[in-house]
Amino acid sequence: MTLASNKTVAVIDYGMGNLHSVAKALEHVADENTQVIVTSDPAVIDAADRVLLPGVGAIRDCIGEMYNTGLVPSIQKAMKEKPFLAICVGIQSLMSHSEENAGVDCLNHFAGNALFFGEEHKDYDGSKLKVPHMGWNQVKQSITHPLWKDIPDQARFYFVHSFYVVPEDKSEVAGTCDYGHEFCVALARDNVFAVQFHPEKSHKDGLQLYKNFLNWDGKP
Amino acid sequence: MGLAKRIIPCLDVDNGRVVKGVQFLDIRDAGDPVEVAKRYDEQGADEITFLDITASSDDRATTVHMVEAIASQVFIPLTVGGGIRTCDDIRRMLNAGADKVGINTAAVFNPEFVREAAQRFGSQCIVVAIDAKKVSQEGEEDKWEIFTHGGRKPTGLDAVEWAKKMVDYGAGEILLTSMDRDGTKNGFDLGVTSAISDAVHVPVIASGGVGNLEHLVDGVIQGKADAVLAASIFHFGEYTVPEAKEFMAERGIEMRL
Repeated sequence: MTLASNKTVAVIDYGMGNLHSVAKALEHVADENTQVIVTSDPAVIDAADRVLLPGVGAIRDCIGEMYNTGLVPSIQKAMKEKPFLAICVGIQSLMSHSEENAGVDCLNHFAGNALFFGEEHKDYDGSKLKVPHMGWNQVKQSITHPLWKDIPDQARFYFVHSFYVVPEDKSEVAGTCDYGHEFCVALARDNVFAVQFHPEKSHKDGLQLYKNFLNWDGKP
Repeated sequence: MGLAKRIIPCLDVDNGRVVKGVQFLDIRDAGDPVEVAKRYDEQGADEITFLDITASSDDRATTVHMVEAIASQVFIPLTVGGGIRTCDDIRRMLNAGADKVGINTAAVFNPEFVREAAQRFGSQCIVVAIDAKKVSQEGEEDKWEIFTHGGRKPTGLDAVEWAKKMVDYGAGEILLTSMDRDGTKNGFDLGVTSAISDAVHVPVIASGGVGNLEHLVDGVIQGKADAVLAASIFHFGEYTVPEAKEFMAERGIEMRL
């Protein structure tokens, strides 16, 4: 009997805290041949069949820790060659730049910026909108994509964020949401998919997205 | 179409059991926390709050195991409060699978703790819990004060000013409990809820006093709360979460159905 699994998914741990929920949600939908590994080891990431980049907290710390832990080359490499999913601050870290923390240069996989909603964020009728954007909002699917499989258009996902991404190339937008204005909450290009919401906290539709990720061959 | 208002069932947990007291007296058993959390998850609750009301520190380990068990089976946000006094306490709960922690008394005695916690873990996971009591008399301008120790000890702090300060220090959300209303089933204190919701830019969760579904509607519409928290109306089967959501949606409130 061998302990080796047929498929591995690496959840990148670059020291920004709680990855329990992400790992548990992946394990919940993984089949018996799939092993979920929370890791900060570049070799494990390089060897994994697919890679998930989580993100929590402030962008400066996230990007800083990615560099401090020496994981950026493995992240860049994975984005070139295998199914790759970034979530929450993970999506922001893939942009060129974020205006959080007085401006931080990010990994520049998607051209564009992460912008602040602002503390005086307003709805269309002028009423006050709370920031962070926290709770369940509807996601409009801009494209057909394997990661949206069996998830209804306009399904609700759980969000908690104060910054949102604005890609330069609109053809990379995979999903949008509305909070005072329409904004991008999912990006897709080749084998990389990124979402602003938390699939691991989004009940059955979130679990379905993780299941789709584990079944994804990396083709759009 | 847009962001939904949230319904948050609250589990007050004492010695490993969900309990619900009326103004902290007459505690009634409402089941095993993991089973109760799973039931609300299946019913479509938007979030779950786990409030550890156990007095002794020996039982904190039990709480960690329970949070782990819930977080492994429930894929919606989980807030854990009660006895959070240090960054180590926060780390322990986040590592166990909590998404947010509620800081209450410790914030009152050491506001810098909130700042430190927000800087270390991010505002998104720091909920400051405020226990407020109305202190103004009939005919006076409304005034609410922060109380600690289950509503027994006044602090002299004005509730609205305190909420603003906590947000300045990095609180990502305010959980506001009216100590006058908690357990009474007379409805939220809408005055303090809307005053604080107007005063801060972060979401406010209304808590304390829910006795029927109309109260939930009032909390959102008149109280301007972003989320409503309730315990006994759900624990003892008076209403289910879907019934509450449908009722609120019929009244024009954006809900996740």
